[in-house]
Amino acid sequence: MKPAPFEYHCPRTVDEGTALLAKYGDDAKVLAGGQSLVPLMNMRLARPANLIDINRIESLAYIRDDGRTLRIGALTRQRAAERAPQVAERCPLLRDALRLVGHAQIRNRGTIGGSIAHADPAAELTAILVALDGEVTARGPKGTRVIAARDLFVSYLTTSLDPRELLTEVSFPALPAGAGWSWMEIARRHGDFALAGVGVVLAARGGKIAHARIGLTGVGPTPVRPAEAERLLAGRAPSEDLWKGAAEAVRAAVTPDGDIHASAEYRTHVAGVLTQRALREAWERVREAA
Amino acid sequence: MPLRRITLRVNGATYAGEAEPRKTLADFIREDCGLTGTHLGCEHGVCGACTILMDGQTVRSCLMFAVQAEGAELTTVEGLADGDRLHPIQQAYWDHHALQCGFCTPGFLMTTVEFLNDNPQPTEREIREALAGNLCRCTGYQNIVKAVAAAAHTLAAAPGARREIGTAAPPRAANVMAAPRKTGGPPGASHRPRHSGKTAKRRSGPKR
Repeated sequence: MKPAPFEYHCPRTVDEGTALLAKYGDDAKVLAGGQSLVPLMNMRLARPANLIDINRIESLAYIRDDGRTLRIGALTRQRAAERAPQVAERCPLLRDALRLVGHAQIRNRGTIGGSIAHADPAAELTAILVALDGEVTARGPKGTRVIAARDLFVSYLTTSLDPRELLTEVSFPALPAGAGWSWMEIARRHGDFALAGVGVVLAARGGKIAHARIGLTGVGPTPVRPAEAERLLAGRAPSEDLWKGAAEAVRAAVTPDGDIHASAEYRTHVAGVLTQRALREAWERVREAA
Repeated sequence: MPLRRITLRVNGATYAGEAEPRKTLADFIREDCGLTGTHLGCEHGVCGACTILMDGQTVRSCLMFAVQAEGAELTTVEGLADGDRLHPIQQAYWDHHALQCGFCTPGFLMTTVEFLNDNPQPTEREIREALAGNLCRCTGYQNIVKAVAAAAHTLAAAPGARREIGTAAPPRAANVMAAPRKTGGPPGASHRPRHSGKTAKRRSGPKR
């Protein structure tokens, strides 16, 4: 349970960090919070020759609210985002999900950017980024580029980031005024990875659902955005039958694997149940806000 | 791999040593600082036995490298008691039989310190959620939950009763990075000549 030797680099600026990544590329891993990477290194499932520790790049830790979007620096600790008033106000869905990311000890170190870049198929933040059509900013040898969430997640633990690129910012669009939201997940133990989880946002107009956004985690190699379920909800009046119909559409959209924690059938079933509950809670919040 | 010089503060005393970059903070605390109260269970961030406070916040010291803690202010379980007088949280664990073999206890204690700082009047459900990141293989959870509830009462009844341990305020949004910072130690912090300012030797002995 000790990591293999590596060369340690500790850049102080984004420029230093990207220069190191440009030099070492595939032989390097970026160390942010380390709550996923260090266990992999301790078990020697990851043996990077170079470790680029970005924890002292202070300019990467911030939360900015420009009214429509929350721009969160990649190195912002999950615990800090969970407690930030801007997050509670603009994107309470994100705050609610953050409370279920690992344990407090993990969130004190774990970062927003690290969770996105690691792309664990059972992570909360990836599903929310996809549901909200968020985006990330990355810097590499060819300059800065913005990647939409739908183009970011490729497969298990795999993103479209180039190994020479450094993820610098994650942008979560604010929820529309008066929208309802809900994050629901099932885990064996508080703080464990979810067997299945779902985030829902309902925007309302005239007592009907203007549009719905749904993102699921733990039920496929990447976060799932169930387009058919969202289509079904748009423009409709809320009802238990409608929630049930959306849950069925979600079950049809997910492709979970089974493992020792839960079978694929169970995860599929739970994804539907959680969707129903989340829609119900989100609509209650719409009514409370009205 | 070349050794790196590392200087940090633990429980108010300065420790300096040299270590490979791959040495975890937990191993540095145990082997180089000689503070073996911090325990290592799983060494991959699951069991919580190695939980310490870094700049006032709980972290799993097996998931950090010692070089990352350069300049940081750490509190380990050794920093809780005041001489022979147990910290109220330790006393509550003792009184409620919250330890059996005791291996997991240091991690539980440090988790409890931060938790009761953040939430001085927790419900039982909140206590259980807060302790979920620590494992007790003796499965003595029931009494640990009782002890945390009792400690909350004790601390509420005696304001200022050793509440200053690792109570650095949680970072605000404007300063969201838990960057290690250099601080002066508490007044009268003892510098232990045995460790302070000189390179500690690696201790021999069986591997865990």
